[in-house]
Amino acid sequence: MSNVLVVANIADNEVKKAVLSTAAFAKTVSGYTGGSYDILAIGDDLSGVKDTLASLGAGKVMLAQGAELGTALAERLSPIIAQVATQGGYKVVVSAATSIAKDVFPRFAARIGAGMASEVVAVSNEGGKLTYVRPMYAGNVNGAVQIDSAVEVVTIRPTEFDAIEPGAAASAVEEVALPAAEAVCGKVEFLGFEKSVSNRPDLAEAAVVVSGGRGLKSKENFNIIEALADALSAAVGASRAAVDSGFIHNDFQVGQTGKIVAPDLYIAVGISGALQHVAGMKSAKTVVAINKDEEAPIFQIADYGMVGDLFKIIPELTEAVKKIKG
Amino acid sequence: MKILVPMKRVADPDNANKVKISPDGTKVTSEGLESKPNPFDEYAVETALRILEDGVGSGNLRGEVVVVTVGGDDTVRQVRQCLAMGADRGIIVQGDDDQLDSTIVANVLAKLVEKEQPNLVICGKQAVDGDSNQVGQALAEILGWPQATFAGQVEVPADLSSATVTREVDGGAAKVKVQLPAVISVDLRIVSPVGVNNNVAAGKEYQDGPRYASLKGIMKAKKKPVDTMTIADLGVDQTLKVRTVNFTAPPQRSAGVIVETVEELVAKLRDEAKVL
Ligand SMILES: Cc1cc2nc3c(=O)[nH]c(=O)nc-3n(C[C@H](O)[C@H](O)[C@H](O)COP(=O)(O)OP(=O)(O)OC[C@H]3O[C@@H](n4cnc5c(N)ncnc54)[C@H](O)[C@@H]3O)c2cc1C
Ligand SMILES: Nc1ncnc2c1ncn2[C@@H]1O[C@H](COP(=O)(O)O)[C@@H](O)[C@H]1O
Repeated sequence: MSNVLVVANIADNEVKKAVLSTAAFAKTVSGYTGGSYDILAIGDDLSGVKDTLASLGAGKVMLAQGAELGTALAERLSPIIAQVATQGGYKVVVSAATSIAKDVFPRFAARIGAGMASEVVAVSNEGGKLTYVRPMYAGNVNGAVQIDSAVEVVTIRPTEFDAIEPGAAASAVEEVALPAAEAVCGKVEFLGFEKSVSNRPDLAEAAVVVSGGRGLKSKENFNIIEALADALSAAVGASRAAVDSGFIHNDFQVGQTGKIVAPDLYIAVGISGALQHVAGMKSAKTVVAINKDEEAPIFQIADYGMVGDLFKIIPELTEAVKKIKG
Repeated sequence: MKILVPMKRVADPDNANKVKISPDGTKVTSEGLESKPNPFDEYAVETALRILEDGVGSGNLRGEVVVVTVGGDDTVRQVRQCLAMGADRGIIVQGDDDQLDSTIVANVLAKLVEKEQPNLVICGKQAVDGDSNQVGQALAEILGWPQATFAGQVEVPADLSSATVTREVDGGAAKVKVQLPAVISVDLRIVSPVGVNNNVAAGKEYQDGPRYASLKGIMKAKKKPVDTMTIADLGVDQTLKVRTVNFTAPPQRSAGVIVETVEELVAKLRDEAKVL
């Protein structure tokens, strides 16, 4: 019996690593519950991704497709997920904690009267009861939670779960008959999406991240962060102060209330290391901090620190990296 | 126009690293830390005031802002802080933080919406202690209302008949227009100078950040009405669906080494950390 449902929202005709990590989570959980997992994919056109989805070890893959689903409005998606979850009798419904899932999942959970655990980083089986670990207090406390409702609704931090290895495209694939849109859908109108353009690696999945803070002092100066990132083939990140000062789009904010990243290398430049920032990057393997203030809290958590003027250090570092990477 | 702002009291978020876990792992205590309104909820109050003001910083509201909280009796201090900013009145629904989950809070808020009949609920995107990010969305579902979460900008027409919200989402910004009544949850950028446009208070820009309470505001707040009731009064089921069975301290990072030169840094990253 399938008892875990993975919900994957597909944008840009691409199955992101977050989906592979969510499938890995589902595999672990279905091991505990003695069943298997299915995947529900939602998007405007899933023809390009269905084979990849069918190769992730799921019992079956269900496709909810329709032009209007591309906008991912919670009012529309919530009843669709609820219908699939209820008809399939799933015990656990999970998605990666993307902004779409953060928007839709609490609404969907309320719809089916389920309890929900957000941004789970670990799961275990405690005497037959699934127990989810989730960071609280900006990552300063881990809470182990149990959910007492027929369906358990969960979002996970994909950075904390290894991606599943795709195999042969063996899962059965079927279409979901979409329920009619409800009245509430007529009360919300999608007006458009403004992309924050970047041709660098995806911040949430990049192996190397270079982040800049208020210490950069201006939008123009932020170019030196981008130059270092390009030399390292890295993604660019930022502190809240850098975003609020208009140096970079808010999509690149790392932290408790921004993106959670866990790269192999995180370089924090002109960032003091407020706990809200640290909450978003402390799972990085290696942390480098460059700051002129030797008392800056970021040095407390950095593997390698360099005290000095970033305007001198960063261009030098960029040149040194370019030499190595040739 | 009536706007309901749900506010949760939290331990000083800038010192969240000082909260303590009880030896038996069953409780988190924040003794010694100041209690504050959840910052996002302060932003929600600011948003509500900006929407209703007839001029930038005028203080004259074209409607009413009601701050509601589910929490301990002493939450009255944080409620009054919001009233001092300019909100009109408060409602405290007594409940112990340990005995609440998102379902209970959302159901309590739904009952208050039924009683108060607001046109808009503006909540924070997340309470920075539990970091759940659930209540606004759950409330919208229970009410059957549209939602606009993670609002970085809100524009309302002069007649306050709808709200156009720019949402901070992965990969960029999504713009939606919701008919009222609706639930809006606010993100950090809502308190930027251009976060709210109500098409009345045009011309002048707001300061960055939520407003501070003036002395006059603090005096006035003391006389503003704050009602108190219990969850049972509202007839909401208090069975927890999500229970925290224990708290543990996550692994801590420790300070590494300080390098003196770029060459040294590069050498360490290449030979020791093997990340270059
Ligand atoms: C509700 C809420 C949510 C928040 N969420 C987040 C979040 O998700 N992410 C986040 O980052 N923050 C968040 N914050 C903000 C956080 O508290 C800090 O204010 C913010 O992280 C500070 O950014 P910063 O380090 O760039 O700036 P600052 O703290 O001002 O630090 C700038 C640093 O640059 C250094 N510097 C200056 N000039 C130079 C130079 N020439 N060379 C080298 N170093 C230099 C200084 O020594 C200083 O340490 C949140 C705050 C609140 C209230
Ligand atoms: N106990 C509470 N009382 C009033 N409002 C709350 C409470 N808990 C959460 N909220 C509101 O819901 C938002 C999201 O909280 P959460 O889902 O707990 O992260 C907060 O920013 C508040 O606006």
